Amino acid sequence: MKTPNENLNRRAFLKVSALASGAFMIGVSYRSNAAQTQSGPDAATWSPNLYIRIEPSGSITIVSKNPEGGQGIKTAMPMVVAECLEVDWKDVTVEQANLDDRYGRQAAGGSRGTPDGWNDLRIAGTGAAYMLRTAAAETWGVSIDSCKAENGTIVHEKSKRTLSYGRLASLASKQSVPAVEKLTLKSRPSEFKLLGKRIPGVDNKKIFTGQLAYGCDTRLDGMVYAVFQKCPSFGGKVRSANVDQLKKAPGIVDAFIVEGTDNLKGLMPGVAIIAESWWEAQSARKQLQVDWDKVQSDSTADYTRQAEALTKQSGETLGENGNVDKAFDKAHKVIESQYYYPFVSHANMEPQNCTAYQHPSGKLELWAPSQNPKSGRSLIASTLRISEDTIHVNMTRLGGGFGRRLTPDFMVEAAYLATKVNRPVQLQWTREDDIQHDFYRPAAWHNLKAAIDKSGKLTAWENHFVTFGSGKRTVSGANLSNKHYPAGLTPNFRLRQSLIQAKVPTGPWRSPGHSAYCFAFQSFMDEIAFAGGRDPLDFRLDLLKQRHGSTDFDTERAVGTLKLAAKNANWGRSMGPNQGQGLAFHFDHGGYVAYVAEVTAQASGQFKVDHVFGTADSGPIINRSGADNQIEGSVIDALSTAFLEISFSDGAVEQSNFSNYNLLRINQAPSISVDYVQSDNPPTGLGEPPIAPATPAITNALFAASGKRVHALPLGKQGFYI
Amino acid sequence: MSKITLKINGKERPVDVSSDMPLLWALRDKLNMTGTKYSCGIGQCGACTVLLDGTPMRACITPAASVAGMNITTIEGLHPEGEHPVQKAWHKIDVPQCGYCQGGQILTAVSLLERNQNPSDADIDAAHSGNICRCGTYHRIRKAVKLAARYKRGGAK
Repeated sequence: MKTPNENLNRRAFLKVSALASGAFMIGVSYRSNAAQTQSGPDAATWSPNLYIRIEPSGSITIVSKNPEGGQGIKTAMPMVVAECLEVDWKDVTVEQANLDDRYGRQAAGGSRGTPDGWNDLRIAGTGAAYMLRTAAAETWGVSIDSCKAENGTIVHEKSKRTLSYGRLASLASKQSVPAVEKLTLKSRPSEFKLLGKRIPGVDNKKIFTGQLAYGCDTRLDGMVYAVFQKCPSFGGKVRSANVDQLKKAPGIVDAFIVEGTDNLKGLMPGVAIIAESWWEAQSARKQLQVDWDKVQSDSTADYTRQAEALTKQSGETLGENGNVDKAFDKAHKVIESQYYYPFVSHANMEPQNCTAYQHPSGKLELWAPSQNPKSGRSLIASTLRISEDTIHVNMTRLGGGFGRRLTPDFMVEAAYLATKVNRPVQLQWTREDDIQHDFYRPAAWHNLKAAIDKSGKLTAWENHFVTFGSGKRTVSGANLSNKHYPAGLTPNFRLRQSLIQAKVPTGPWRSPGHSAYCFAFQSFMDEIAFAGGRDPLDFRLDLLKQRHGSTDFDTERAVGTLKLAAKNANWGRSMGPNQGQGLAFHFDHGGYVAYVAEVTAQASGQFKVDHVFGTADSGPIINRSGADNQIEGSVIDALSTAFLEISFSDGAVEQSNFSNYNLLRINQAPSISVDYVQSDNPPTGLGEPPIAPATPAITNALFAASGKRVHALPLGKQGFYI
Repeated sequence: MSKITLKINGKERPVDVSSDMPLLWALRDKLNMTGTKYSCGIGQCGACTVLLDGTPMRACITPAASVAGMNITTIEGLHPEGEHPVQKAWHKIDVPQCGYCQGGQILTAVSLLERNQNPSDADIDAAHSGNICRCGTYHRIRKAVKLAARYKRGGAK
């Protein structure tokens, strides 16, 4: 594992600017990045990403560069700056950056915001504090070592003199910039004053007063509203549509056919209706008649038939260690099970939308609730054949992301409409558009087979993974690595794969892959444990001690996380009739998470998740409240999604709204408690790691409570309800 | 189109709407009051919750013309600085993740606490079961409603 210091990027530089107002601004940059993004003789005179601004008045502004969609990054990352800058959190104002190449990566995905920001933001905060100390030392004629940064002031302890950051701002900006190597960065929980505390979200007050603007709340002078009808059957093109009739409807500004492209993740063909209010555009849409030219007719029924046929074949071997066939021949016991999970949708509470305006100057300005605005800008530039330099993206808060908003289809749609209308235009999808034009988490079948010896030890593991592909490659979100658990822990390991050709769009869904397959793996682990007469916890702990090659995670951290969950839940305690405990753990995106779920189940199939104990090792916790929120939310998300299914017929999605894609409600939600192993490892994000093991912890508890093993989702189709 | 007058957060607001335009779109597109959110459009999720004479209702399926003259409270009308007991409790517990549903959740809680000074988990669940939170803040909503109840009774600061 990397130590915190090895992880420090030695090519980082501090950059300082002074404003006419006397403000001190500090940022971080990298020469390599600058060389990539700039050209010409001045390439070495890089522009920094500016994170901190200290005004002579003492006001402190910290910039948050990534999109905020509920993962809490806009609170957590500025906390890192404030910790290292030694300022009181209540004196800090957080400002949302717009898309600006000086910031490097600006995305909410892969739980990368925290690990990526950790070094830059500590460097920025620590470097600024260093320069403020230098300025005070110069003022007082004392050594910098005798000047301490504390709570927004520099203190000279011997003489008890103090100077506020505001008063030092101007002088600090004139100091020579310290080399990053000279800075001592805080890295351990024992060194923190602010980090690890429960800090409420910086946007809370605006949310509670209705003042916060999500993407769909953008309001511009002269703005018009649009709806966009695409072919329900994915990829379909428009032969003709009654747009002339629609133009006569009340409030309609324009209606036209969009030829679009063949890119399912780009500008698809359809019909745009633009009106003075969204309701008028949507009302006119009810009269819309389109003759569609469908290009495919994929269906869930056909996928299932193909999966049954492929399951009987051997598939392609993606990796094998040891001799799996021999191990099965010699096994004391062989356990076989098939697991299945369906396609699911993201269902962000804020349906997809984007606002765009083509300025008379040629500048194309967007207001986008996007998890990856840079990819949106790139898609717009290539689709509309314009330069990226003419596109400006304002980053709004997102009403949920979960991976859906990594795909910028809604941005290119709005941008295209803006080029057709001389006014700012807001494209607002309906809930039906959103559910029927998502990039779905792919379904899959896992044909699992395990061998155990007389002591119940796992001697072989095989998975024939039947998933979705396009040609010989898996589609987005449908791959499985042969390096994942339990690879490296069992002497004989094989992953086989078969592909069903999919023409429906798929994509990343919160912890892509992991959030799906973990249900199968951790359920099957329980089956193996029981087949060998082992306790599910002991079986997992023993397995983590085995070494048969390398693992893609630190087994000690996994053991620590599992043990803490078991301890907090009093694992193995005697439960009432119809009650049971289930556990599961997983590693992904750098984080280790384990759960113990407690369930009460009735013979009718009705059950209740009474309580869930969650534990994580994701390094030092930055914002305890935000971290807990991700774990609590993941438990709810997992239970909710275990009841959901997206199915296809004639190439289109059969579900349409919350009436038939019904997310979990409060009366179905368990109580949850959260705890951490706070190691000295660098922090990882928590948007993704907590989701994967939550599902199998619940279904394993369901087995313990009811004796019924859940081999397929959604739970409703297995006779369970909540 | 016809001119109607809506009474929103204590103010008379004349607005020009078609007879079928839901209150949600009159608020959002005609009056630029965007605190009330669109999410499902069929009264299933509660993101568009407003209080109508103190009772939670779904603005996405209620024609604006049908509520002319009634007292409409939107999230903007609660306390402009967030000092209402429910807003304060929501901040203390740090309920939101994405926050999109929270305006509707807060107004639902306000109405519940008008009727019930000391709600149990079951009371809270019953009141909030029409309000979906995709991020999964249910656990905190229960805590926050109880804290707001204490604030209202003067038992906590």
